[in-house]
Amino acid sequence: MSNNKYLLYLGCAIPYRLLSYEISARKVVEKLGLELVEMPDYNCCGLPLDPADHEIMLTLAARNLCIAEQKGLNIMTLCPGCAGTLRKVNKLLKEDKHERERVNSYLKEAGFEFKGTIEVKHLMQVLAEDVGFERLKESVKRPLVNLSVAEHNGCHVVRPQKHIGFDDPENPRILKSLIEVTGAKCLDYLDETECCGAPIVGVNDRIPLSLARDKLSHMKAVSAQAIITVCPFCHMMFDTNQARIERMFNETYGMPVLHYPQLLGLAMGFSPGELALKDLRVDSSKLVNLI
Amino acid sequence: MSETTQTQSKAPEANATLRISDIDMQFKNEVKKIPGGERIMMCFQCGTCTADCPIARFSDSYRPRQILRMAQLGLKEKVLSSDQLWLCAACYTCVDHCPQDVEISSVIRALKNIAVREGYMPYAFKEMGGAVLETGLAYKIPELRLRKRQEIGLPPLPKANIGSIAKLFNRTGFLKLIEKGEGANVKQ
Repeated sequence: MSNNKYLLYLGCAIPYRLLSYEISARKVVEKLGLELVEMPDYNCCGLPLDPADHEIMLTLAARNLCIAEQKGLNIMTLCPGCAGTLRKVNKLLKEDKHERERVNSYLKEAGFEFKGTIEVKHLMQVLAEDVGFERLKESVKRPLVNLSVAEHNGCHVVRPQKHIGFDDPENPRILKSLIEVTGAKCLDYLDETECCGAPIVGVNDRIPLSLARDKLSHMKAVSAQAIITVCPFCHMMFDTNQARIERMFNETYGMPVLHYPQLLGLAMGFSPGELALKDLRVDSSKLVNLI
Repeated sequence: MSETTQTQSKAPEANATLRISDIDMQFKNEVKKIPGGERIMMCFQCGTCTADCPIARFSDSYRPRQILRMAQLGLKEKVLSSDQLWLCAACYTCVDHCPQDVEISSVIRALKNIAVREGYMPYAFKEMGGAVLETGLAYKIPELRLRKRQEIGLPPLPKANIGSIAKLFNRTGFLKLIEKGEGANVKQ
């Protein structure tokens, strides 16, 4: 199957809250020569409902996989939660006959059947594996040599390792390498691989905000000028909630949080406007002036 | 999502005395039947999950090892009614680190699944389930935002076939779970 043409799976959180991620991702991906096809009839990946019922998660994920199979295209997602879920379910249904038969018995009701003919990748994987670092390097027109940033991976891009099999969850390197391609420096910081806490915001706010604040303080300690994310939920934790964290702990961070394709896009020569930088909650104009 | 409710009140160890009548010897088998819960009895209580859990670090009471032990022992009601169950962020650090390959986070998810069947469902999940049924997505995206896509040059958001999703909700039994409504156990 083509490594240059993908069904774009947008999921729920991005069209709901983070068009800046979608806009910037489309810009850079298309500039790199990949073709994106809108994924028709797609539904929620299922992950948000997994705590309530595992069967509906499997079924919703599988329905998306079936649509991609009908289209004969691999899926690219921007959200690690969607990528992790679709990848995990795809692998499970391909490998486990009993699970496949059970889920297919549900899908039959809606006229679908899982066959196991496609692959699912997160944007980061597409960039690292299909586009490759050489091509990425060539696309950089304006190296961001004055920037020192911190990365935040997003758990579901790498964990659980046995189901995802991408990068090393204990010492993730790929997002760092993707950042370094832009010319920016990617700083190490304490507890770098730790979760941002976002998934439990619906049931508790003190714990996730404390977690995000802890990470923010560690990034500030190494003088990071910005945080780079590849997940809509992590992004909301650090960007949308940053003012709340500042109020809650009586601290000041003022740390811009960019979606990775915004950083890459800047290095490719796109303007901040084209990459929707103005949509970010934390002002990024000082950062842009450093470029 | 509501960001106001707090779930720090009820620690699982609150009632120290255990009664034999509180124990459901079959509970572990119920957990094992749910995909992801199979290896619950392999947990030998080393505590790696709790030590490495980012949530446990910031919570006075959330301890994955303790939840696993209570479930192994058959303290069904205590586990299922505990607010702690819902604090797992599913970051899967414990899954990667468990020396017994228990998939702690999946066992906890299996426990949540049973809790939901028993009528304990935090409102957020009911709301998201309802949104998926109505729109295909976990959030109801306002018309205004859908129109904004076109204004800024993005393709229209594809619409899911809602009838097809309703059939799957019905077939998996999930429809009944979210329709269960305002039973005594449903958390708000």
